[in-house]
Amino acid sequence: MAEMNMAKAINLALLEAMTKDPKVIVMGEDVGPDEGVFRITEGLYAKFGGDRVIDTPLAESGIIGTAIGMAIYGMKPVCEIQFSGFDYYNYHQLESHAARFRNRTRGRLTVPMVMRAPYGGGIRALEHHSESREAIYAHTPGLKVVIPSGPRNARALLHSAIQDPDPVIYYEPKACYRLFREDVPETMETLPIGKAQVVKQGTDITLISYGASMRATLEAAESLEEEDGVKPEIIDLLSICPLDTDTIIESVRKTGRAVVIHEGPRTCGLAAEVIARINEKVLEYLEAPVLRVTGYDVPIPYFSKEQAYLPDSDKVLNAARKTLSF
Amino acid sequence: MPRKPIELPKIEYLSILNEHGELDKELEPKIDNKSLIEMYRYMLLARRTDERMLLMQRQGRCGTFPQSSGHEAISMGSIFNINKNDWHVPAYRELAGLLWRGWPLEHILLYWNGFEEGASPPEGVNDLPVCVPIASQLLHAAGIGMAMNIEDRSEGGKKKEKKVVMTYFGDGASSEGDCHEALNFAAVFNAPVVFMCLNNQYAISVPLSKQMKNETIAQRAVAYGMPGIKVDGNDVLAVYQAAKEAVERARKGEGPTLIECLTYRVTPHTTADDPKRYRSEDETKEWMLRDSLPRFAKYLETKGVLSEKERNALEEEVDTQIKAAVQNAEEMFKSEALLNPLNMFDHLYEDVPPYLQEQKDELRDHFKTKGKDWSNPQKKAQTPASSRQ
Repeated sequence: MAEMNMAKAINLALLEAMTKDPKVIVMGEDVGPDEGVFRITEGLYAKFGGDRVIDTPLAESGIIGTAIGMAIYGMKPVCEIQFSGFDYYNYHQLESHAARFRNRTRGRLTVPMVMRAPYGGGIRALEHHSESREAIYAHTPGLKVVIPSGPRNARALLHSAIQDPDPVIYYEPKACYRLFREDVPETMETLPIGKAQVVKQGTDITLISYGASMRATLEAAESLEEEDGVKPEIIDLLSICPLDTDTIIESVRKTGRAVVIHEGPRTCGLAAEVIARINEKVLEYLEAPVLRVTGYDVPIPYFSKEQAYLPDSDKVLNAARKTLSF
Repeated sequence: MPRKPIELPKIEYLSILNEHGELDKELEPKIDNKSLIEMYRYMLLARRTDERMLLMQRQGRCGTFPQSSGHEAISMGSIFNINKNDWHVPAYRELAGLLWRGWPLEHILLYWNGFEEGASPPEGVNDLPVCVPIASQLLHAAGIGMAMNIEDRSEGGKKKEKKVVMTYFGDGASSEGDCHEALNFAAVFNAPVVFMCLNNQYAISVPLSKQMKNETIAQRAVAYGMPGIKVDGNDVLAVYQAAKEAVERARKGEGPTLIECLTYRVTPHTTADDPKRYRSEDETKEWMLRDSLPRFAKYLETKGVLSEKERNALEEEVDTQIKAAVQNAEEMFKSEALLNPLNMFDHLYEDVPPYLQEQKDELRDHFKTKGKDWSNPQKKAQTPASSRQ
């Protein structure tokens, strides 16, 4: 066991994956000697050299497009897009090509690649550096989307993403990079993509979240227990697509109440999908309407007001109490 | 069939005032004394503002921002050739040009301190705001130029002096697809756009040699079918001259030009960057000796346009101006009108649709439970005066 933060855990996963499989290639802007603007690729260029840790020209579409070619040829590219706010440049390559090659070639050509990008607000960054648009990718058939919430699951999920036979979007909650440390086991772990984790068992209400919003969710859960004597069950989705319907409905069947929390915009956000599945499968078990605490349907404000935009424990607590007293 | 070479235009390099302040008299552009002082003033204002913002950032009084120090000659030498009716489409190191165009210093400070109000161009200023994503602004510049042509033709095409667009991008941006598309559109549609490339040789940590294999960025102009030239980007006279010729061509209806300005990013990429990780300090020091400001000051002094004493007085004047603007901006940072989080809903569409109004009410009620009522009508923040003197 070693204690580390999420940035270090992601770095460790890259190091392990590259050591284990010579086909794993890291590419992106400033991932080489600079070791990434968040230092996620620390030590990799020095260890593996410029053929496996590639500083590309400044072109996101170029990065993802060439990674698709590499993946089809047999490599396992792990691309870093510097900030998720710049991955719209390469969305076309993902939507029109990475997501479709397997389907249009009836399984003959596949694209086993990973796009990593730091996403989300809360670090007082400049414009275009704080978005949370995972729903776009979840809405793109053919892509998988995973989002870790802590060091241990970050390392395990990245291994799963790299080993996955299909393109995986791996969004990193940048606000959590150095927020806390956690024990990470010596042996390499994976987590099945498409499986959520029940991080806390409870009986009265299900709180469903992922990524950076897990912090606000856990904090609110603590208040619910201490102040209201309520036993919340907490689900960390981890995998945004495929979504783990079973774990969600099993919990809601037990609690009869749920709140879904994420920082991306509300309309067509992940909460909408989660609630739709709850309605489809366990409507008769519900004691109250399922509420959602999300970012608003506006671009995340510049940093002077970003905290008002983000879900915080107060907002989660309010929603949970409303659900409980329905 | 014999193989035969295809003749292509040659690419020139232009330098007028070298790093030692030596002047090529034959190439010296004719600029009146008042204009020369004005150019120097805005370069200085940008430099001092940038330095001041760096101090503020280190003190936690400013957000992360990309420094513009070292890029003043490119911005000022080019922008000085356009008029109020023309358009300015910046990237993010054109501080001198923004101030000269009439953006209040307070807007600059607001923008980099996390207030959207700073990105709002002042009334009557035909500028787009700073563009943080890379190269995408170039397509907007091409589009504005295309619209100018369409408007001009719809009016009979009789205008002798056409309007122009001045736009900016970096060497890193030259790798983006948007850059290619913008240059090609501008060429195909003969758009009156001057593309100013700030080649500062680094895209964060990636040096030019890893960015491209061509010797110059300017030579790409040949491929698009427009004139291209490379100039010393620390020589404000060379930038001025090249931009002047490009603007004249555009005004006559002869289309776009690509100007590559060679400089060096003497500062980190942004205040969050540490260049020691990827380049030697000696390299940076060497380029600092080629700074545009001292050589321009020496030129002005030798020419008898601005004595050392006058220069010092100007510096004091500029510093006073910055001090007042910082004070004003810091008052604005505290004003409830700007801090009101409910204003995040007000400008997304012309009207606030019902679902968004519902979210706005929800956030208002949320703050009320915390004892803060943002719905009270707030005094509107006063728009500061232009920094143009």
